[in-house]
Amino acid sequence: MSFLQGIAASSGIAIAKAYRLVEPDLSFEKTTVENAEAEINRFQEALNKAKGELEAIREKANQELGADKAAIFEAHLLVLSDPELIAPIEDKIKTDLVNAEFALKETTDMFITMFESMENEYMKERAADIRDVTKRVMSHLLGVHLANPSMISEEVVVVAEDLTPSDTAQLNRKYVKGFTTDIGGRTSHSAIMARSLEIPAVVGTKKATEEINNGDLVIVDGLKGEIHINPTPEVVASYEKVAAQYEEQKAEWAKLVNEKTVSSDGVHVELAANIGTPNDLEGVVNNGGEAVGLYRTEFLYMGRDQLPTEDEQFESYKAVLEGMKGKPVVVRTLDIGGDKELPYLDLPKEMNPFLGFRAIRLCLEEQDIFRTQLRALLRASSYGNLKIMFPMIATLNEFRAAKALLEEEKANLTKEGVKVADKIELGIMVEIPSTAVLADQFAKEVDFFSIGTNDLIQYTMAADRMNERVSYLYQPYNPSILRLVKMVIDAAHKEGKWAGMCGEMAGDETAIPLLLGLGLDEFSMSATSILKARSQILKLSKKEMEELATNALQMSTTEEVMEAVKAATKLS
Amino acid sequence: MLEKQFKVIADTGIHARPATLLVQAASKYDSDIQLEFKDKKVNLKSIMGVMSLGIGQGADIKIIADGNDEQEAINGLQETLNKEGLAE
Repeated sequence: MSFLQGIAASSGIAIAKAYRLVEPDLSFEKTTVENAEAEINRFQEALNKAKGELEAIREKANQELGADKAAIFEAHLLVLSDPELIAPIEDKIKTDLVNAEFALKETTDMFITMFESMENEYMKERAADIRDVTKRVMSHLLGVHLANPSMISEEVVVVAEDLTPSDTAQLNRKYVKGFTTDIGGRTSHSAIMARSLEIPAVVGTKKATEEINNGDLVIVDGLKGEIHINPTPEVVASYEKVAAQYEEQKAEWAKLVNEKTVSSDGVHVELAANIGTPNDLEGVVNNGGEAVGLYRTEFLYMGRDQLPTEDEQFESYKAVLEGMKGKPVVVRTLDIGGDKELPYLDLPKEMNPFLGFRAIRLCLEEQDIFRTQLRALLRASSYGNLKIMFPMIATLNEFRAAKALLEEEKANLTKEGVKVADKIELGIMVEIPSTAVLADQFAKEVDFFSIGTNDLIQYTMAADRMNERVSYLYQPYNPSILRLVKMVIDAAHKEGKWAGMCGEMAGDETAIPLLLGLGLDEFSMSATSILKARSQILKLSKKEMEELATNALQMSTTEEVMEAVKAATKLS
Repeated sequence: MLEKQFKVIADTGIHARPATLLVQAASKYDSDIQLEFKDKKVNLKSIMGVMSLGIGQGADIKIIADGNDEQEAINGLQETLNKEGLAE
């Protein structure tokens, strides 16, 4: 047996046989054929097998994931029936007397190059579609096995270098019990998908594909981020117990869906969810979210070739506001730049993107983009309980400038006769230390704070969170971070405002007792973490946690704080 | 040979799903069917041909059908374009 440590990306335990989802060897030699007719027949046969597979995949995707997700396979099928693609391949076999593999590769490469050289981002991506279908036909010509994740018919753990959206779209929830990848982190696509599908996953193991063979028995421990390969019967037995306990626990948590989140001594806090698109609302409702604490609007702008229009944005915001039926929805305005790029904006590369031209800095400069979003938000405001917050605020002047633009657009809309909600709370993300330190001044002008811990920690510790070599400095419980959090919460309360937190820390088992003690009003996290957090808070006494927090603020290291939390809450 | 002019109204233009629908519709007919945009002509039964045109909103396009069912083809394609809100 062997063992791999990775990153726990989606909780739960899976025990099943490995199914490797890795690229097959599709290399071949160019040869001369004597019988062109027979070679064309061989090509047709491969083509038909590929079509048959795609039709089955499309059907499955249609039933299980909806017509939207199946549409991509519809397009793939059309590529395989495209006369402008098939005829040149057959002509090539006939006139040059080359093997079908060579004719296929030559012809599709030409199309791939053509699409890749187009200016339009969307067109460039079509090259990937052609590559995808070519691979399928090629695998049949060569008689090698191309993994077909959608056709899996027994319980498996999927092992891959990384999982792309089209891979995950094909995974069958019924048979895929878990997955593990070589690369990726908690926020990579594969991890987010795993959480929304509620499949246990461990990512970033570095060598899962190297160490695991097809058919190996694999345990995915999505709670601790561990992978066990061909474990002993004893290890399997102990994990079966852990899995059963986890299922039991989940059933317990599920009972709390409609409960209020109240500490054992009767203090209510709000448990909210972080979302990226209106599709995430279902998860918020199913997991008993009391609000949306962070609606990341970036996704509206990503994966496309031009800015979203005001109407498109309006529809998304309206859908979320209506979906939450009057519960609060905190929308964060565009947080782009830095590591999140939009190819169509053509921003220059920066040496220090996290310290550069991003988020509110970009929006205050590129006012057209910002005003369009503000107008869409204001128009949607009458459909629910909208709150707006600005990301990456470093100075009060930035907040004032952003607010002024909002007021201008509000006046414009009112003049145009558009209905806008009377009262829209306006807040800021606190993720830059300067803002945390000056929170008392900010609190006089903003309606609320939402602490963005991932960035606040990286800026306070001066440690790039994308750089694994300094990842030990990601210390959410460091007393320095706790003191900043306290300053923000106290400043808000002094002015009668509220303070929330969105970011990994708000849903963290060790952080929750501290945050409750520090007086945090709103905790916003992945929807799937809400019930667990609620069950934890129901058992905590706010008064006792205040004492814990007061002590923690006087400690000198992360380790001391973690020990103190353990002792105070009997966390294991 | 028959031809007909259209103006694209879909705000996404003729990309992705619209292109798929159009090619599927065209493939039902025996006639040779071509799509013309900005002096470039492609086979309307070819998904890659149609997508390579990069047709956006507001574009003027022409559909040309030639064959024994050319009238049905033009009518059928017009119906698809109208029904899906792609062009008028």
